[in-house]
Amino acid sequence: MTLRIGDPAPGFELIDTAGASWSAGAPSTATTVVVFTCNHCPYALAWHDRIAQAARDYADRGVRFLAINSNDSVRYPRDSYAAMQARVGAEQWPMPYLHDATQEVARAYGAQTTPDVFVLDSEGRLRYRGAPDADYDDPAQNAAWLRDALDALLSGSEPSRAETKPVGCSIKWQQ
Amino acid sequence: MESPDVELLWWDGCPSAERALAELREALRELGIGDTEVRRREIRSQSDAEAAGFVGSPTIRIGGADVAPPDADEPAGLSCRVYRRRDGRISPTPDPEDVRETLRRALVPGEVNR
Repeated sequence: MTLRIGDPAPGFELIDTAGASWSAGAPSTATTVVVFTCNHCPYALAWHDRIAQAARDYADRGVRFLAINSNDSVRYPRDSYAAMQARVGAEQWPMPYLHDATQEVARAYGAQTTPDVFVLDSEGRLRYRGAPDADYDDPAQNAAWLRDALDALLSGSEPSRAETKPVGCSIKWQQ
Repeated sequence: MESPDVELLWWDGCPSAERALAELREALRELGIGDTEVRRREIRSQSDAEAAGFVGSPTIRIGGADVAPPDADEPAGLSCRVYRRRDGRISPTPDPEDVRETLRRALVPGEVNR
């Protein structure tokens, strides 16, 4: 399935590393950033701090961030639920880290890589999809594409760049 | 000057092999051995990975030595390698200085296998 800009995002309910349940998708009431990510991919790890900082910076503006790990943990044990719990326990995460054990959410969103960023407006419609910024290797980029999209939505305008190519490791699908 | 044996192992689940190859070729040029052949070897399956001792893509071996040797207990498999650059940043490709350093060692007789 291909989710297009302007489409209502698929709803979902997933648990985080503490077992708490989180949901997103249309209908919604808050601007939401859904980031497909994981533990083992260098691209996801390289971008993680920038995404986490954006989550902190936009928290008081009513934006919530949800990180989702959809990878097959049989072939990639570093992406197991236990490994997710261990990572969150060892780091300071400003967003819940959700486990998509069936991979249904990744399929519903058409997620391709880790990371793959989806920004949903306050009605739960997709308004940005792609990479956090132009270069995983340059921390100074500071998740600029993601921030630009959020700034536009929060000011009531359209993101000037609604879609970019997601860059990272492929989602590891179950076989 | 005798060229070292240079091998790039890659898996198509990671988009980083081309960048690794470009950085490798640049390192070879800087050391004056730009005409060195880089053998590229695609790893297609778990059994390929196990046979090659491949712990992730990309892997660069010079004279048989990994430019960033993985931990001994790192499992072989189809994955993207996580490198840490000398400035601490996480990267999908090895630090170019690690590549150059391994190449320099390979150019010293007896340092690594040819």
